Amino acid sequence: MKARVFVTLKNGVLDPQGKAIHHALEGLGFDGINDIRAGKLIELDLADDIDDSTIEEMCKKLLANIVIENFRIERG
Amino acid sequence: MKTAVIVFPGSNCDRDMAVALRDVSGRDPHMVWHREAELPEGVDFIAVPGGFSYGDYLRSGAMAARSPVMQAVVAAAARGVPVLGVCNGFQVLTEAGLLPGALMRNSGIAFVCRDVKLTVANSQSLFTAAYGAGEKVVIPVAHHDGNYFADATTLDRIEGEGRVAFRYAEPVNGSARDIAGILNDSGNVLGMMPHPERMIGPEHGGADGRRLFEAALGALV
Repeated sequence: MKARVFVTLKNGVLDPQGKAIHHALEGLGFDGINDIRAGKLIELDLADDIDDSTIEEMCKKLLANIVIENFRIERG
Repeated sequence: MKTAVIVFPGSNCDRDMAVALRDVSGRDPHMVWHREAELPEGVDFIAVPGGFSYGDYLRSGAMAARSPVMQAVVAAAARGVPVLGVCNGFQVLTEAGLLPGALMRNSGIAFVCRDVKLTVANSQSLFTAAYGAGEKVVIPVAHHDGNYFADATTLDRIEGEGRVAFRYAEPVNGSARDIAGILNDSGNVLGMMPHPERMIGPEHGGADGRRLFEAALGALV
């Protein structure tokens, strides 16, 4: 069973990396970009009996730093 | 006096830290590998050094904070043993929950490596008692992720409780309220991005960092 965990910075937390990507895209001539936020995608290959609450615990204990980041779990 | 330096794969300031501890205490510190589940019996002072533990994988300090030795460091801190985290060590202490907040990418994106001027914000702590209140000191920084972040409530609380030990006296990395170093609520854990162990004598260009070790180790004698 596969699960994907998306880790993103919370709203209001400055994202210098997103800003740098934004500037680089504008430098390549792409217009109309309002904002860019960069995050992480973590793919997990799990035993079938791992339930949602265990994945959530993995996120809280390690995959995301909940002081600055949000996470979203997508299964299947 | 028994001191310990925690060593992770990717630590690179562990030897500088060892030199500073030996120079000030007169005894070699115990170098404790990250897989150890126990610290030396009766340890008096623990240093978590700078570097790039576990290659900064996932987040700076995230992997190191979950290593076996850190469980022992958290337990020692709870018993009141002084713990100093410098640079990556500060990141590890926040990731381990010993200090509030997080260290994010520098606001200017670039790695910053230079001497910086700091203001001593709390000169009453175990680590800062050898400095004057509001004194300006020069200690080098070398980091990519030193931008201190915490929510406004947490920042108000730690400022109100006198837990900001050092502030940057010049722009460095975008840290909230110019915070360069903070203490835990009982004052026995200090995390700071600048490297006091790289400023312990004339050959370093100054000794402003030395006084931190003299204060903390002197108090233990």
